[in-house]
Amino acid sequence: MTALSALIRRDVRIALRVGGGALIGVLFFLTVVVLMPFAVGPDLALLSRLGPAILWLGALLASLLTLDRLFMADHEDGSLDLITMSRTPLELACAAKALAHWLAAGLPLIVATPVLGLLLNLDMVATGAVALTLLAGTPALTFTGMIGAALAVTLHRGGLLMAVLVLPLSIPVLIFGVAASQAVIVGPLSFGAPFSILCALSLVSLVIGPFAAAASLRHGLD
Amino acid sequence: MTLIDLANPTRFLALSARVLPWLAAATVILLTIGLYQSAYAPDDYQQGATVKIMFIHVPNAWLSMFVWGVMSIASLGTLVWRHPLADVAAKAAAPIGAAFTFLALLTGSLWGRPMWGTYWEWDARLTSVLILFLMYLGLMALWRAVDDPSRAARAAAVLTLVGAINLPIIKFSVDWWNTLHQPASVMRMGGSTLDKSFLIPLLVMAVAFTLLFVTLHVAAMRNEILRRRVRSLQMMQASRIAFSSEVGAGSREENASKEVGAA
Repeated sequence: MTALSALIRRDVRIALRVGGGALIGVLFFLTVVVLMPFAVGPDLALLSRLGPAILWLGALLASLLTLDRLFMADHEDGSLDLITMSRTPLELACAAKALAHWLAAGLPLIVATPVLGLLLNLDMVATGAVALTLLAGTPALTFTGMIGAALAVTLHRGGLLMAVLVLPLSIPVLIFGVAASQAVIVGPLSFGAPFSILCALSLVSLVIGPFAAAASLRHGLD
Repeated sequence: MTLIDLANPTRFLALSARVLPWLAAATVILLTIGLYQSAYAPDDYQQGATVKIMFIHVPNAWLSMFVWGVMSIASLGTLVWRHPLADVAAKAAAPIGAAFTFLALLTGSLWGRPMWGTYWEWDARLTSVLILFLMYLGLMALWRAVDDPSRAARAAAVLTLVGAINLPIIKFSVDWWNTLHQPASVMRMGGSTLDKSFLIPLLVMAVAFTLLFVTLHVAAMRNEILRRRVRSLQMMQASRIAFSSEVGAGSREENASKEVGAA
């Protein structure tokens, strides 16, 4: 347990310090959201209708782009080999690393959501709904993306290939995240059903992600 | 003859060379019977002749999931048993599965145009099959991105097993979400709702398509084995040339000086 909490603390600390790059994700999120009005035109009514989708897409891309550093930096300085050989099960270590990554890169996205909601002309309720669905959904993005990060480090290939592999897996999260936020803002549908499915997706990826990432690290590193 | 006997690629090549003509013949015969029966199946009282798209569309859709299932089993073979031919099987199946999935999407949209009035609809089953198609393409990209086959095989195996979660979602999507695509009508509790005059050609076509897949898969596996042999022979030859040029560097310099002298 202490080993895992030490790992989490170390990863968060590295991510927040110079060269960590966790907060670049937030900056990217902001830039994507600011780009949208240039693409669709500064029509406030349209923006408030598209708002949840824009925020979700931005968060998805931001969390995906920061993910390829999840194992890469540790692989470069050799600490990934130590983690693989240590007595802590690799699955738990992967889960701890993903949790630390979510704390450092995922939570700031959710904190930034209200500010970005203002830019997109979302009211309080809508912003709250988007923030809540992001809180429930971004763990799923991190934990499924971790599989891609593990593949990327074993194959020495990152970037586009990883995005191509991981993005199809994150489509369900996107569907139910946007559906739940739309249900609050316009929809006649209930908020509960898509939101529970979103939580279920997060829980399932919490189980599958660490096992798949650990399997890929164990078979792929040499 | 068990699965482990096939671990020897030469034995697999010999066996598959004997089996392949029979498989191909059986495929051709069953496809002919199936196509004949579907061509002479009665028109639907509502859909007219367009119902015949079903005899192509449904087997393709079944096969698109079946192939991923085969790849998942092969991936287990790669990761758990380290069967030497498992990754060959997984790699050879991916393009065939992608083709079946693409045909299922294509025939589905051609069928959807007269029936639903639209080529494409963001319905649960259509979307999940489209995701399956994207995952096939991603997997093929992964195979192509890495030059070491065994390294690529293990990564692809992990990804295949993760992607297998999509299969039950596709199968039950029409029951969970009540959308445009019709619910299951052949494999369901309480027997098929399909009339016999449609069901029998459909089942014949399904068996024929499965045989078609097996034939193509065995042929593709043979190609893959031969391709790997060619690759290792080329690498052996390249290393031999590199080695001999290192050893023979001195004599070549002598030759070169002779040539210069002659000139």
